[in-house]
This record gives sequence, structure tokens and C-alpha cells, in this order.
Amino acid sequence: MVKIHERKFVSVDPDKCVGCQVCEYICAWNKEKAFNPLKSRIRVVRLNPLVNVSITCRLCEDPPCVAACPRDALTQSEENGTILVDEDKCNGCGWCIEACDYGAIMLHPEKKVVFVCDLCKDKPDGPQCVKWCPEEALDLVTADVLAQKARITATKKLFQEALKTSTTP
Amino acid sequence: MYGYAGRVLHVDLTTGKTRIEPLNEDYAKKYIGGIGLGMRLWLDHSKAGVDPFSPENPLVLTTGPTSGTVWPTGGNGHAFVSKSPQSYGIAEAKSHGSFGTELKRAGYDAVIFHGKAERPVYVWIDDDSIQILDAAHLWGKSPAETEDIIKEELGDYYIRVAAIGPAGEKLVRIACIINEKSRAAGRCGLGAVMGSKNLKAIAIRGTKDVTVAKPDEFLEFVKEFHERMKGPATKKYRTLGTPENVLVHNALHCMPTRNYNNAHFEAAEKVSGEYLNDRYVAKIIGCSSCAMRCEHVCVVNEGPYKGAMARVEYEPLWAMGPYCGVDRLDAIIKGSELCNYYGIDSISAGVIVGFAMDCFENGILTIKDTDGIEASFGNHEALVKLIEKIGKREGIGDILAEGVKFAAEKIGKGAEKLAQHIKGVEVTGYDLRCLKTAALGFAVSFRGADHNRHGSYAFDVKGKFNRLKYEKGRAKAVKDIEDVYTVIDSMIICKFSRGTYYKEFEDLAKLYTLVTGWETTPEEMRLKGERINNLARVINVREGLGRKDDTLPWKVMNVPIPDEGPSKGAYVTQEELELMLDDYYEARGWTRDGVPTPEKLKALGMDDLIPIVEAKIQKA
Repeated sequence: MVKIHERKFVSVDPDKCVGCQVCEYICAWNKEKAFNPLKSRIRVVRLNPLVNVSITCRLCEDPPCVAACPRDALTQSEENGTILVDEDKCNGCGWCIEACDYGAIMLHPEKKVVFVCDLCKDKPDGPQCVKWCPEEALDLVTADVLAQKARITATKKLFQEALKTSTTP
Repeated sequence: MYGYAGRVLHVDLTTGKTRIEPLNEDYAKKYIGGIGLGMRLWLDHSKAGVDPFSPENPLVLTTGPTSGTVWPTGGNGHAFVSKSPQSYGIAEAKSHGSFGTELKRAGYDAVIFHGKAERPVYVWIDDDSIQILDAAHLWGKSPAETEDIIKEELGDYYIRVAAIGPAGEKLVRIACIINEKSRAAGRCGLGAVMGSKNLKAIAIRGTKDVTVAKPDEFLEFVKEFHERMKGPATKKYRTLGTPENVLVHNALHCMPTRNYNNAHFEAAEKVSGEYLNDRYVAKIIGCSSCAMRCEHVCVVNEGPYKGAMARVEYEPLWAMGPYCGVDRLDAIIKGSELCNYYGIDSISAGVIVGFAMDCFENGILTIKDTDGIEASFGNHEALVKLIEKIGKREGIGDILAEGVKFAAEKIGKGAEKLAQHIKGVEVTGYDLRCLKTAALGFAVSFRGADHNRHGSYAFDVKGKFNRLKYEKGRAKAVKDIEDVYTVIDSMIICKFSRGTYYKEFEDLAKLYTLVTGWETTPEEMRLKGERINNLARVINVREGLGRKDDTLPWKVMNVPIPDEGPSKGAYVTQEELELMLDDYYEARGWTRDGVPTPEKLKALGMDDLIPIVEAKIQKA
């Protein structure tokens, strides 16, 4: 069994994301053989020209979507923390959609059952959105690594001027 | 049918009726999509001599064969086609973003808007359900506000909207159609055509799947192009963006400055791409499916224009900057923001203000005429105020909103000589006096003064030809590049990606084959480009345009470049222009009047259009 802090999920660097939707297209293609963002497990949000991010499942601990399902259709994988959907049990009621703070679980436009990121478990090279993102804005990381990155960024910002001088020959 | 949704939607705004017909497969093969298909559909559904603002003038919206696929820069475009209220010839304008993808997923290759609504309306295309909804509450609003309200009332954040602003409603002749708040189908005044139909906006939701004929090879090709797009061919767009041109053009003395009074701007450093990137670019973003990303979003953080935000490209920057003698980027960003707000073409807006400033300095317009605005070159406050007045059609803005050609006719007193336009469409940022290959490209461009119809300035700027002298035989190069450009605009891939198609027609043909499954050779692709150029010409011929309209602005032909430097003394003589046109018509296989011959049309498989040209040739 994998410990919670070793779980990897797809995270986005908002500074790099340009909102191009390649992740959406590639996800929908790999999962459904169609170019159709509505069938993508990752979705781009563009609030104004400056704000773009792609959002997908964060593999929460004690996932609210699982807790919210009245038909026990959702479970969390012990192996890697992804949310598993039992399509026979799911009736598309939408409680899980309401429970998710990130909008990462959604209703399939045709099958009328919910679907969510499974980290491309059938692909040996991992999540295809990460592989295809032209801006390298997506990454498969653990929460620990994310925190490391944040610490480094914060430190860099604090010492921007000092870093500049120290790198000048 | 792969690559096409296979359906054309007709919306009659007069009767409120809609109908769907299958896409003519022959048209798809011959005219590809985008502007090619759009122009053909417009021709079929309009009468010769129709007034641009008449309900009888259809407005055509099209997508391309790669729309809705993940093709980099191609998945996202759309085109509008109609008759231009500026040139009274064919008008086309493209835009990118995500609007085109949505239309394709809704299941349409084209939408044709006929007639005129009694009251302001917007059209809501929700897959197969088409509704014409009241837009009284949206009238007077900017495209961005309109988009937000429509998303709110239809209750879906992912609905895509293209809308006109207050300028389109008031039939400002340079009005554009803006989708996703900041992307404009800018040139030729199509926003005014939309306004004349009382059509405020088009909202689309598409849920259908898009697939391609050969997905595995297609995705391989996509991957390859992602790599190409990170390479040298697009470096400019990814770093400084098109504003890089400012210093390049200035060094060559080919940047029209102060309404063509100069070809060189002494304060160019202050409006350069370098300066812009350093101080104003807040983020660079991209369109749907594009790996390149070019959209330099600029924010003003201090001073009188604090808070202004807009995307900045070379052309609008040049038009509102050097062309008006303005050396302040914050004012240019504010001007761009206002253009987005009112929904006007920011290139034309800048050129019109430059024209007004020239009139002012020559005493043709007095301070009384300009409603108290000190419209001298370099006055950034005047720039901002005049753009506002054009957008509102208020005071002097009511005259200027007609575009420089018609405004000059109204003003009189020799203003015509200061009106820098071709076929009624305002010039763009290349001094044609010292770029002689570009001068030909501009003169024959079917939608009026425009660098984007041919890109033949590249031959001059990059030094392939002697830019100061026109030589016979050069028209072949112009023709060839025009044919590439019409294919690009009919596939609707982005112009900025053109350098990544290393083998041009070969790569384009491969892409078209992979998407549609129709085996297409590079030669057939080239023929499609040639065909679409001939189609545009046939339309213009039908509308009464000809050799007399393939001309250059007055100053280009009468005022030599005064600035000391590499372009001094250059201008285009009448003899040179005649030589250019003869050379070009010959390369195209047209008559000396610039009319496509029946033989040419036959060779291109457009026999059905022969009666149009025959009538004109006999007359002549």
C-alpha cells in the first residue's frame, strides 16, 4: 500500500499554463477516441486573459466525492489513490460533482455516469496530458514535491536581486 | 465525412426561420473551408451589387477542416465572409481562440445569416437547437460584457461567444467581430455588417465528437509540429511577438510614420517590442490547441492609463504609435483596450486617427471640427479621445467612423490626398514606397490594403529582392505566396505558424489528407489556393472592382520618402504601378483589366463562374 504522501497527481503551474487545451484534446482522444473537451478528465479554466489553469483530480485524502456517493459507486484505489467509478452502480445523480471543490469529477455527456482522472493507468508512460503539454506546465508530482517547488519559488522571489548578483561573473 | 461536420446552417433573421442543409462535398474539396468555402457560399447567396448594409447581404461564418481537432493553431480558427462596407468588394476576416472549435462540435462547417432582425437579437446555437433570442439588454454593451451576460443567462461557462460592440451597432465601417473578449475578426468592417442585421452576438455550445480520417499518423504529425513550433520558425512570436518589427522596420526606414509623412520614427525605442516586453507584458497566452502561444497580454501599472489591459501586436501598436507620432506604450495599450471595448479594428482606428492628425496639422480640420481636441501628431490624449469618439460615432467621430476614404470625401479640402487606403481599407505598417514587392501585393489584395493576404513584404524586408526598385517577373513570387496564404486562411491555420510548414504545399497537403482521408497532392493543394484567389477576384469583378481599384494610396505615389537614410527619395511611380499590374495579371493568366479569363476558370474547374467574367470581358 502506498502512503498518502507518495501519491502522485497531475498538477499545473499557473505561470506556465497558457490555456491551450491540448491536455483536454489528448485526454479525450486517449479515453474516448474523440476530440471533444467534454469528454476530457482535465479541464482548462480561463478567467480573464491572464488567468489560465488546467484542473484535474487531486486524489484527496478522504475524498469527499467518495463520501458523498449514496450508491457506493465510488471508491479510492489503495494502490495509487485514484477514484474508481463502478459504472453499474453510478446513476449520474451528481452528489459527487457537488462534493468536489475542484470540479474534477464530471458527468459523461453520453454515458450519464461520472468520470474522473485515472492517471492513464493503461499507459506505460503515464498521464498523456503531462506528456503532451507543450508548455510543460503539467507535472505528475507528490504533494511533498509540490511543497518543495513552492519553497524554492518563494525563496527565489525573496532573493531575486541577490541571485542575480551571485550568478554574474 | 472526416474533417467536416457535413452541415451548413441557414439562419434567416427576418423570418426567424432556420434550416440545415448538407455541405456540398464538391465545394469542400474545391474551396477547403474558411475563407474559400465562405466566399463561395457568399457568392451563391447574394446578388451582384448588393449593398453591404442591406438585409440581402448574407454574413457567412465558417470553420476549417482542422477546426475542433488538436491540430496546433488549426483546431481553433473561424472566418467571417461578406461584402465589405469599406471596399464594396469581398470581405473576409479570421479569428482564433475556441469559438471555431465549438461551432465544429455543434456540427456545422458554416452558418449563413440572412436578412435582418426587427429588433436586436443574438443567435444561440446549442448543437441542433437554434434559437434567436432577444438582445435588447445587450445593446450598447462591449463584446466582453456581452459574453459574460450571455454565459450567465444561458448558465454555462464553456459557451463560446462572438459579439459586436457599440461600434458595430452604429455601423462604424471599421467595426469588427470579437470572440472570447480579446480576439477580433478585425478587418473589412464585418462588425458593421453584423450590426446592420441587428445581430449582437452568436453564442455556441457544441458537444459532438470530432475525429480525423487517419488518427495515428495525424497525432504523429501533431507531435512533430509541436516540436517545430518550439523551433526557430516561431521564435519571434514566442518571445517578443510581432512588436519585434518596430525596430527592424525602423532601421530599414520602412515604417510609415505620422500618416506617411515619414518612414522612420525617431522615438521607436520607446514603442519597441523590447520595451513592451520589459515593462508591460504580464503574460503570454495561447489559443485552443496551439503549442506556440503568441498572445502578449499587456497591463499598464501606473500613470493616467493605469489598469488598461489588452493584447498587443505590431500592427495596432504601429498604427496607434508611430503612425500617430505617439511614443507612449501606455496610451497605445489604452487605445487597444478601447478598440476591444467598442469593437473596432485597431489597425484602421490608428490609421484614421493618424489621418485626422494630418488633416489637423494641415488646417483641413480645425479645433472646432475636432470638438476641441488638439489633434496634433504625438498627442496621446487626442489619440485616446478620438478612438472613443469613433467608437461612439460622436462629434468628429461620426465622420471618422466612415473610414479614411469616405471621411476624406466628406471633409473635402484635399483630405483625399491624406487618406492612406487601398480599396477603402486603411493601410498597415509597411511603407509601400520603399517595399516595391509589398506594394504590388497590397495593390492587388482582394480585401484592400493588407499585409496578411500575401506577406510579400518578406521578400523586401529580408532582402530577397531589391526593395527600392520593381522588376518584371517578381509577380510570380507574389502570386505563389498569395496562393499559400489563401490555403492557410481556408484551412484556417494560424499565419504565425506558416514557417513551420517547411515544405508548404507538401505539408499542407499531407495534413489535409490525414484529416479528411481524401488523398491530396501538393500540386492539388496549390491549385486550391489559386482557385480561391480566382474566386475572390471573380466576386470583386462581379461587384464592379477592377484594374482601377488595384492601386496605391496617394502619398505612396506622390510623396517621396523625405527621411535621410536607406529609403530616401523612394516612391512608386505610375509607370511602376502599371508594370506591376501587367506583370501580375500575366502571372495570374488574367486579362489586362485584371479579369480572370474563361480559360483560366475552366482550368481551375470553375466553369460555373464563367458567365460572370464573360459579361465583364464583353463589356470591356
